[in-house]
Amino acid sequence: MQVPAPFEYERATSVDHAIALLERLGSEARLVAGGHSLLPMMKLRFATPEYLIDINDLHDELGYIRVEGDEFRIGAMTRHRELLESDELAAAFPIFRDAEKVIADPVVRNRGTLGGSLCQADPAEDLSAVCTTLDASCVIRSSDGERVLTMHEFHRGPYETAVEDAQMLTEIRIPIRPNGSSAYEKVERRAGDWAIVSAGAAVWMDGETISDARVGLAAVGPNTTGIGAISEALRGQVPTEELYATAGGLAAEASRPSADSRGTEAYKRHLADELTRRALRRSVARITGTNGQEA
Amino acid sequence: MTVTDNPVASFHDNDQHPVGFGRMLRKEDPRLIRGKGNFVDDVQLPGMLHLAILRSPYAHAKILGIDVSAAQAHPNVVAVITGADLAEQGLAWMPTLSNDVQAVLATDKVRFQHQEVAFVVAEDRYSARDALELIVVDYEPIDPVMDVRKALEPDAPVIRDDLDGKTDNHCFDWETGDAAATDAAFAKADVVVTEDIVYPRVHPAPMETCGAVANVDQISGQLTLWCTSQAPHAHRTVYALVAGLPEHKIRVIAPDIGGGFGNKVPIYPGYVCAIVASLVIGKPVKWMEDRTENLVSTGFARDYVMRGEIAATSDGKILAVRTNVLADHGAFNGTAAPVKYPAGFFGVFTGSYDLEAAYCNMTAVYTNKAPGGVAYACSFRITEAVYLVERIVDCLAHELDMDPAELRIKNFIQPDQFPYTTKTGWVYDSGNYEPAMRKAMDMIGYDELRREQAEKRERGELMGIGIAFFTEAVGAGPRKDMDILGLGMADGCELRMHPTGKGVLRLSVKTQGQGHETTFAQIVSEELGIPPEDLEVVHGDTDNTPFGLGTYGSRSTPVSGAAAALVARKVRDKAQIIASGMLEVSVADLEWMKGSFQVKGDPEKSVTIQDIAMKAHGAGDLPEGVEGGLEAQICYNPENLTYPFGAYICVVDIDPGTAHVTVRRFVAVDDCGTQINPMIIEGQVHGGLTDGVGMALMEIIEFDELGNCLGGSFMDYLIPTALEVPDWETGHTVTPSPHHPIGAKGIGESATVGSPPAVVNAVIDALKPFGVRHADMPLTPSRVWETMQGNHTPPI
Amino acid sequence: MQVTMTVNGEEVTKEIEGRLLLVHFIRDHLGLTGTHWGCDTSNCGTCVVLMDDEPVKSCTVLAAMAGGRQVRTVEGLEVDGVLDPVQEGFMQCHGLQCGFCTPGMMLTARALLDDNPDPTEHEIREAISGQICRCTGYSTIVRSVQWAANAESESPVTVGGAS
Repeated sequence: MQVPAPFEYERATSVDHAIALLERLGSEARLVAGGHSLLPMMKLRFATPEYLIDINDLHDELGYIRVEGDEFRIGAMTRHRELLESDELAAAFPIFRDAEKVIADPVVRNRGTLGGSLCQADPAEDLSAVCTTLDASCVIRSSDGERVLTMHEFHRGPYETAVEDAQMLTEIRIPIRPNGSSAYEKVERRAGDWAIVSAGAAVWMDGETISDARVGLAAVGPNTTGIGAISEALRGQVPTEELYATAGGLAAEASRPSADSRGTEAYKRHLADELTRRALRRSVARITGTNGQEA
Repeated sequence: MTVTDNPVASFHDNDQHPVGFGRMLRKEDPRLIRGKGNFVDDVQLPGMLHLAILRSPYAHAKILGIDVSAAQAHPNVVAVITGADLAEQGLAWMPTLSNDVQAVLATDKVRFQHQEVAFVVAEDRYSARDALELIVVDYEPIDPVMDVRKALEPDAPVIRDDLDGKTDNHCFDWETGDAAATDAAFAKADVVVTEDIVYPRVHPAPMETCGAVANVDQISGQLTLWCTSQAPHAHRTVYALVAGLPEHKIRVIAPDIGGGFGNKVPIYPGYVCAIVASLVIGKPVKWMEDRTENLVSTGFARDYVMRGEIAATSDGKILAVRTNVLADHGAFNGTAAPVKYPAGFFGVFTGSYDLEAAYCNMTAVYTNKAPGGVAYACSFRITEAVYLVERIVDCLAHELDMDPAELRIKNFIQPDQFPYTTKTGWVYDSGNYEPAMRKAMDMIGYDELRREQAEKRERGELMGIGIAFFTEAVGAGPRKDMDILGLGMADGCELRMHPTGKGVLRLSVKTQGQGHETTFAQIVSEELGIPPEDLEVVHGDTDNTPFGLGTYGSRSTPVSGAAAALVARKVRDKAQIIASGMLEVSVADLEWMKGSFQVKGDPEKSVTIQDIAMKAHGAGDLPEGVEGGLEAQICYNPENLTYPFGAYICVVDIDPGTAHVTVRRFVAVDDCGTQINPMIIEGQVHGGLTDGVGMALMEIIEFDELGNCLGGSFMDYLIPTALEVPDWETGHTVTPSPHHPIGAKGIGESATVGSPPAVVNAVIDALKPFGVRHADMPLTPSRVWETMQGNHTPPI
Repeated sequence: MQVTMTVNGEEVTKEIEGRLLLVHFIRDHLGLTGTHWGCDTSNCGTCVVLMDDEPVKSCTVLAAMAGGRQVRTVEGLEVDGVLDPVQEGFMQCHGLQCGFCTPGMMLTARALLDDNPDPTEHEIREAISGQICRCTGYSTIVRSVQWAANAESESPVTVGGAS
């Protein structure tokens, strides 16, 4: 079987230690958490870092899901399985459990982390779409201190983030807003595959009308992206099938998919539309207590 | 679930120790569930080195030069070998199983992406892999021929310029049936349906990749090769022929094998490299493929572009089937099939139907893709044949607006027509098709499903019911017709009874998971009336087993199973003579009571087979002319193939919004004649059904225009998980083979052959509201959605 | 570098390269060849072992990363000559053919039953969905796990090797 090229292994014992190691070892050092993206790339020799800093011992420090003030704070080392199993998170943001059920497979979910997923910055990565949908912010720490970035700022392009040398993503913050819910829809060729397309939606209501809504898509362009036009079109409206269709149409319009073995451009654009409708419909149903099935 | 053939509850009270046939737990399992199997990569020898292969990044390129100096300088590297080095020994090329040649390491040019170019032998596997990065190859790319339809165009680059006088990419032409009679049948038909049907390239992808450990003893010259081989004896002889090694100095051991499915029939360059390395270096050498190497370079399957035509009367009597096939054989013709059958057994494309005429015309071409073609439980291309006929029959049902089950039943070969000679010359040994079909329909509740479907269509929901009925032709084969590289396809078998009545059975075939150690013990157990646990089955080691052609094409039970039964009968015949002496009666006065001989009419006077075994080895005289000992050997030459059949029905639901297909139910009724171990048979069927869902919905080896293989890892070559397949529902009928000593037929590949058309037919049936009559595999969500939009395109 | 971990209850310390994969550590350095491997990309699950009681793909864990942790392989399922009910179930229900994916399947099943002693068919399918079997078509694997669940619920005292 394929094996990685040689590297020096270091094990970090704290966030500060990890950052100190990154500072000392320079740009040829990489952090490894769950390793399910990085190690296969290293085995195929697409990635050949000189140093690998194992941050799994930071799980005690960075593996948490807690509420502070008006936001959820999730540590970057929180594993997929913990995100899936957190009832508190599912109650506030059902989109997380929707997504986690269909991310990779249960064995991979035992190891893979939130931070690792976001830092991979794969345009088809699900948690990036979830975080985009929820207007999450990312906390990046260095020896100089912390900075907090929006998802838009965090993802600079495919496989490229705002995390620079000697910095690490430590936490995700998600604002808690009343009267809202969320949902995630994904179509894949087979369980465990990357999304052909997926769509997340978050909706907040004020009585009968939508006070705010956000949609985040994966696998339809260079980045998982929120679509501002959809938010604008939905605010102040009463949710109807026509409104979802409008939103779906905007999603398709905003999509820039490319054809590959997962699907044609036209199909992916269609899915952006269809899955946006479904995610919105289910989000609203979760608020209003209806079943969310298509009329 | 409507079937109760094997409910969980029954596992507690089953008979686990039958004498003879019946459900019996496997003799293989105690070691495998403890992690104590012995697979090739588990073999560790003192001083063993590791071999890694450098492969071409190009599909078609001249090799201008190779610089191995940096690799050789690596501190842990022992040797670096190129094609030029092998050419000096006359070992750069080797024969394929189809009398073509294939490069062991490329010398002149590379002809498919990932072709073998050089190898490194190092002290450990990590260093061997590292050193590959240090080899520099100077390539001059040539336009690759990737589109099979353009391979014969006059300006297409010639791939096989290594062959004398070769000026095009033509591989072979082949035809079967009667063209004129078929034309006549088509001319008088009320209805003719034509459809272009592609069976894309797929890969068997056993969970264990291919590999070998070669060890050449420097003093005796003995080569021992532990190897992932489905056919150890055939491999040994081929090594003798290729490398010129004396055959008695070669011992091939196929230890536990982690699945084969045809992938482990051919001899791959890696095996030869390991042998050469051990010869040259004088130490044991291990080579194990990684997964990418397995998917991109070893025996692929299918890759047939077919035009199917069917002619019928307006009331649904099928008159004739005609097909034209363009076969992509890749860069070397590595087809593993009997030599007189370059298209394998594709000639059974007439299916299970009584036709007036049939004709097939095939052209095979070379392309810049990996070699292979016959693999993935295909029964020598019967997968393609059954897919063609079962798809085109469904197209006819669509045109006639007839129920596809009724159309099939109307055209079945009738029970009194067996043995039945098809219009392409195959003699089906036995069959009784309608009861199997009716049983499947009853099990799945066919009429109720059609009612449900009608209601759902009213609501715009997409539900499909797909039927496939197949007849297989397995158990190659009669030596008058069938050989591989001149080796007749008969199987040896030896049975030796020990004095205490225990025995050892030596087989030429080799399990890759099919459970030979259990099934074959049961066959002898049935014949001799001794418990299967009293029989040791030895296989997979050429030094300890008789010659035979190996396990593939569902041939183990039809050929070696017959050999095992007959060798046991030979032992029994000798035992009867000894018994006559023990009981002091004539042989004719004895009757066999499954485990003992008894004097007719006198139950008090009998001797057991164990008593006889002791007598055969013990003191005192034996009847005149009888040698001591109780053993026999045989070489069984089958008089015909066996023809198992089955009726499969699949139910799918398609999400109209996403076009995602869910397989809701699948009923498989199989008839493999006499059943030896129903548990193992059910397992064989389940695995094949899963293959069918994989091929129908997700599996494909694709290439881009530059010749890059797009299915080179399990990220892209998708195999069903437990979530894509339903709980399988199986049933059976029993129509024994008249010429097999115990009436058994092969079962290993039936479900892989029969299930793809059932799944595809179900998807197409679900899409009927869109006017769809055909769509090609794999029916991924995107391909289904495009088909719903009227934009179906073939995958190749 | 040096790594120390506990494998099947025994502490082992070895000198290794930092890049050594856990699957190779187990197979080549400890000689426990019951753990197999089937791909390079953590898709097939043939190499699954338990690390701190959770199934992980040992081809995608560095041996160094397993330092200080508890690893359990197929060889650790049978305890004091008593088969784990999962092993017994796989034999009883024909949950294996070639036996190559079986160690990983059994370890995932063991972890599932430790978490959820009475899983539904879907929960079993979900649990093994990161692991490919090419032979069985999964139905008999599901039955094997159900057999083990039943056996454990009937006689919880005799369960061998549950950690």
